[in-house]
Amino acid sequence: MIRISGLTKRYGEKTAVDHLTLDVRRGEVFGLLGPNGAGKTTTILMLLGLTEPAEGSATIDGIDCTRDAMKTKRITGYLPDNVGFYPDMTGRENLMFTGMLNGLSREESARRIDALLEKVGMTEAADKKTAAYSRGMKQRLGIADVLMKDPKVIIMDEPTLGLDPEGMKEFLHLIRQLAVEDGRTILISSHQLYQIQQVCDRVGIFVEGKMIACGKIEELGRQLVMENHYALEVEASPMDDRFLGFITGLEGVRDVSGEGARMLIHSDRDLRKDVTAFLGTNGYELLLLRQKGGDLDEIYSSYFAQAELEAEKHGKEHDRDHGRRKNRKS
Amino acid sequence: MAKSMTGTMDAGKTGRAEKIYSRRGSLGVLYRKEMSDHIRGRRFLIILLLVAVTTAAGIYGAATGMKDALESDSNFVFLKLFTTGGASMPSYVSFMALIGPFVGLMLGFDAINSERSNGTLGRLLAQPIYRDNVIIGKFLAGTALIAILVTAGSVLTGAAGFLTTGFLPTGEELARVLVYIVYTILYICFWLALAIMFSVFCRHAATSALSSIAMWVVFAVFMSLVAGFIANLAYPMRNEYEQAANMLSNYNCQLFINRLSPYYLYTEAVSTILNPAVRAVNPVTVSQMIGAISGYLPFDQSLMLVWPNLAGLAALTLLVFMISYIKFMRQEIRGN
Repeated sequence: MIRISGLTKRYGEKTAVDHLTLDVRRGEVFGLLGPNGAGKTTTILMLLGLTEPAEGSATIDGIDCTRDAMKTKRITGYLPDNVGFYPDMTGRENLMFTGMLNGLSREESARRIDALLEKVGMTEAADKKTAAYSRGMKQRLGIADVLMKDPKVIIMDEPTLGLDPEGMKEFLHLIRQLAVEDGRTILISSHQLYQIQQVCDRVGIFVEGKMIACGKIEELGRQLVMENHYALEVEASPMDDRFLGFITGLEGVRDVSGEGARMLIHSDRDLRKDVTAFLGTNGYELLLLRQKGGDLDEIYSSYFAQAELEAEKHGKEHDRDHGRRKNRKS
Repeated sequence: MAKSMTGTMDAGKTGRAEKIYSRRGSLGVLYRKEMSDHIRGRRFLIILLLVAVTTAAGIYGAATGMKDALESDSNFVFLKLFTTGGASMPSYVSFMALIGPFVGLMLGFDAINSERSNGTLGRLLAQPIYRDNVIIGKFLAGTALIAILVTAGSVLTGAAGFLTTGFLPTGEELARVLVYIVYTILYICFWLALAIMFSVFCRHAATSALSSIAMWVVFAVFMSLVAGFIANLAYPMRNEYEQAANMLSNYNCQLFINRLSPYYLYTEAVSTILNPAVRAVNPVTVSQMIGAISGYLPFDQSLMLVWPNLAGLAALTLLVFMISYIKFMRQEIRGN
């Protein structure tokens, strides 16, 4: 549904998006994950034809996003980060305006507005001015606004930012509903992992304009394990020096750290067998043994750690360049 | 074969028609939304108040100054309603020249940057509309509102004068007032365009408001001072000899610089069009005056005199609008 190939955007010397290639299938919820400034918003703006790529192309439903932006915008709904409304107009009037801009008749718009307000649970507040809306209400009205044009594709930029837990739950439920019941394709960009983990079919991890990993969450976890990143959490009684000595003496252990009463062991191989055998034969009591990994947090921090290291290296070079230029100037 | 060809041609035609329709359609929607935004906003009350006070002050000024004005020249009474001021009260025309810009500034200073700070710009541009329609719609809505306000103010002034003096306006006087209204609308539109330009360039509404007010002060007050200063530098008039040699060049230089200011262009134009006794806007030498019979200029000749001012004002407005248009089209659309 969304096909991006070799998409590149530069701002001066900085490459915001670097040869991004990505396919999002029909009816899929895809999470674009990355820290702030990774180029997520830039990518989205290129998908909407609001900024022009330096290289590469993107299509939505086979329509070119740069050359035929009018057509793609007809079938694409966009929920910007920090979505806003005209404060002097009521929620209903804001939606009416969107409907009219999409070429709907007044009657058709009114009909859709009623249905959508019901869907997002905003019927009661619909006739208040949006200046009085809370963040969560704006977000819900934003979804209704996006749905006014009955889009095939929905793109959301940081939709979960600033929502309270209850609002978040409703919001995620709504997203799921949009994908599963209505069969819409959804692209979500975010730097918040947990929410994304709950609703996305696939995620792409996006750092410094590059997609460094992409796939199902379990796949990413497996990929991580295959790179020999194991993290084992252990709690035993007693936690004495002998036990610690045994652990540090094991083959393949890279790092041992204490987390309160627990111990976190990073290693190149699976240690569970060795640890349980040791504890069993030496009369320890095993209180907790947990193999970490496979959840998004792990994946995220692991990839980000890599990316940040590279970024740091890059940054140093950049600083040096900068310094040189400064010197030349003076 | 022929049948299929007409078929494709028809399809092409409807496609184009649809395109034109969608362009006009979305512009219409944007225009109406801006219009209702303006009218329902609190700011509009201030603008209305401003125009009302201007009109009332103008009428009062005319009422107090009328007697003296009529004693010296009792022709074109209807026009004098607009141009006559009292001892302490300026005329409607000079009031409008000073206060009018504020109407334009207030309608435009946050046109684009408020969309940005409200977070509505991204949402708006993600709709199937052309980006230029946004800024054109805003400009057109502002222009329409200005036209309504200026016309209403002038008609009110005319009606009040008509009621108090009992003189019926002649056709020529009406035509002159009509031209005055057109000039005033264009003049205020320049300020609207200027304010919109600042709203494109400045992130904060406060910055753009201050910048546009600063421009207003520069054009209305400082421009004439600067013009005199530069003219005196270029063509000094320190002694009699220099005066004799440089007077004309000095004056022309001053005039040239002044005419870069829309404020001067406008006041020059409207004082000519509303006062048939004005025979020239450029300096006239004594030799040119010899044999001239004092009299009123006919309407078409007055219009000829100020035609370049209209062109100049229109060009300035267009230039400023084009700058903001181009900048807006190339600007990045970020969340804030």
